[in-house]
Amino acid sequence: MTSAEPIAESISFPHRHLLTCENLTAGEITALLDLADKAAEINRQVNKKRDVLRGRTLINLFFEASTRTQSSFELAGKRLGADVMNMNVSTSSVQKGETLIDTAMTLNAMRPDIIVVRHYAAGAVELLAQKVDCSVINAGDGAHQHPTQALLDALTIRRAKGRIEGLTVAICGDILHSRVARSNIHVLNTLGARVRLVAPSTLLPAEPERFGVEVYTDMWKGLEGADIIMMLRLQRERMQGSLVPSVREYFHFFGLDHEKLARAKPDALVMHPGPMNRGVEIASTIADHSRSLIREQVEMGVAVRMAVLEALARNLPNS
Amino acid sequence: MSPLMRATDKKKAGTATRTAFINARLVDPATDRDEPGGLLVVEGEIADLGPHLRRNAPEDAEVIDCKGHVLAPGLIDMQVFTGEPGAEHRETLKTASLAAAAGGVTTIVVMPDTNPVIDQVALVDFIQRRARDNAVVRVHTMAALTKGLEGKEITEIGLLKRAGAIAFTNGKNSVADTKVMYNALLYAKDFGALIVHHTEDPYLSQGACMNAGHVAARLGLPGVPKAAETIILDRDIRLVEITGGRYHAAAISCRESLDIIRTAKAAKLPVTCGVSINHVTLNENDIGPYRTFFKLRPPLRAEEDRAALVQGIASGDIDVIVSSHDPQDADVKRRPFAEAADGAIGLETLLSAALRLHHTEGVSLTVLLRAMTSNPAKLLGLPTGRLEKGAPADLVLFDLNQPWVVDREALRSRSKNSPFDESKMQGRILLTMVAGDIVYQYPEPPRV
Repeated sequence: MTSAEPIAESISFPHRHLLTCENLTAGEITALLDLADKAAEINRQVNKKRDVLRGRTLINLFFEASTRTQSSFELAGKRLGADVMNMNVSTSSVQKGETLIDTAMTLNAMRPDIIVVRHYAAGAVELLAQKVDCSVINAGDGAHQHPTQALLDALTIRRAKGRIEGLTVAICGDILHSRVARSNIHVLNTLGARVRLVAPSTLLPAEPERFGVEVYTDMWKGLEGADIIMMLRLQRERMQGSLVPSVREYFHFFGLDHEKLARAKPDALVMHPGPMNRGVEIASTIADHSRSLIREQVEMGVAVRMAVLEALARNLPNS
Repeated sequence: MSPLMRATDKKKAGTATRTAFINARLVDPATDRDEPGGLLVVEGEIADLGPHLRRNAPEDAEVIDCKGHVLAPGLIDMQVFTGEPGAEHRETLKTASLAAAAGGVTTIVVMPDTNPVIDQVALVDFIQRRARDNAVVRVHTMAALTKGLEGKEITEIGLLKRAGAIAFTNGKNSVADTKVMYNALLYAKDFGALIVHHTEDPYLSQGACMNAGHVAARLGLPGVPKAAETIILDRDIRLVEITGGRYHAAAISCRESLDIIRTAKAAKLPVTCGVSINHVTLNENDIGPYRTFFKLRPPLRAEEDRAALVQGIASGDIDVIVSSHDPQDADVKRRPFAEAADGAIGLETLLSAALRLHHTEGVSLTVLLRAMTSNPAKLLGLPTGRLEKGAPADLVLFDLNQPWVVDREALRSRSKNSPFDESKMQGRILLTMVAGDIVYQYPEPPRV
């Protein structure tokens, strides 16, 4: 038995695509989070199925390997009643040399309603969005944006702390290569949090202050009085080369251990977008700690993606 | 037992020694002091100093009559290569320290160009332990800036600094990869670490063995153009501009480099530079008939460069004078010039050679000593290098004028590759004190 009821009655979300967090207003973000709160309730029921997307086709197009984001979108689409197709890029025509735009045109001809795209190159999702008639959701493009991650993080924080405004959030680790950081900075700033970046200078982008954040290269200082500590994944290839000398040194100065955690507020909570490198950016015992929101983040991931799909579906033609 | 331990041991034993230097000419570049006076050492520290102690010594103190000679802070030599670990037949920390003591040098900074390269915490610890047990002067170590000095991956700068590495350097080689150097400056800055860099473009200098110019042309030797140095120095300063990292050019060799440093300093960049004693006292003509003791890196340049570098010291644009002590044995030096090893020893002759600039080129004693005492101390964050109440009693007493002739066989270094062999010197070390203990005396007291 499915319910034809939408998750919520109405929502103001005047966008065809979700490509970046940068054009979202506080009102729009809050509306999505409210919607996602309701979706989270649905997800905890026995009957999780709605059919607001019945008859709609959702294509997951992932040019970069992903477990949690892809399955999260797949589940979100299915729970809303859409037909979901996962494009396996490693066996697709992309591997045979097809350009991104040709792939987009081909998929467009199949008349999907929503395409969820992850691509290793910054800007690739936006390029694809210009060439198709359907809605496009950015599931991560290079080091640029990963909007649904920032929304699920915001939802997780709001549910755990009851608010976002006024909280001090320390985003720690490889900011330079992180689309998660870039998305979160915008969403958290828009919702009134105080955002700090904590990283060695080699893992910070140029002029980081211009993001409207406080920058720390000393993690002990950067965590002082923080409400939320958001750890980022350090990719293995960054550890060989001239950005970071070794896992040992990185963990010593920028890994989250109990000593550094003690600098944050006593009720500070810890987040990580996953997948984690235990013992590199986060101590194992903290990852599994009661103060860790990491599993909550995964749960909210499905809820937020349902909210985003529903919000975009309302703006689709013929609805 | 290490001499450095002695004062402390005496303190523990309750028989603290007091040494009073009387009738001295106190020269302290840190405070611009140059006046007759005395200095009292208690428990390894300078307890008091000044004109009032010129003729007065506490009754229980051991009195040293300086006879009007110069009493100055012991020298700090920022660039010393040894063979420990890996080439102990050339020099050990112990033999280097004996040479240092005889040269009035109370602190040496050893370079990581050893075998293995000092690029790990355990090796920094090794140097510190070996020095503590065997050396008669203070020893600090620079750690490698890149793993294996290969110029590819940065080392654990944070942990190495915590372990005691005093600065970071790529030793005798420049980091050729600009991105690596950029990241190194950026990363080191987070830890307040100083990068000391040899500036020589490895491509432009490949295969070359002396200064490019007419002398090299006449000798038929491939030359290193000055541009090999200025290209890297210029590049590095651009990188300092965007990273803000602390940078010290280890040893410049030509006028053009000095100009680059002056411009960088005028722009208030965190840039300093050093020069080796060889490059301000010798020039390419000294090579004469292929004398390999004058084969150095960077190479000895033309006389006009040498003169410009002396002016750089006088003006204060050159911050530090180093010995660039680099022991090489006969096996690697007695070869055709192009095949011979680079480097010259210099610890024991550092001060006497430097005094040439005072005696014959008008550089004031204070300015000259500053480049070997308070300036390196400031750069490296050391408490020594000054005559000040409470400062460690690291001192050198020297006769500004006494003539002597260098005999390389009499030098204490285990290697004998001195470019000053048979040179006439004016100015002789009379006594060297480290932490209140006399580690060198001239003439040497008879052995019991």
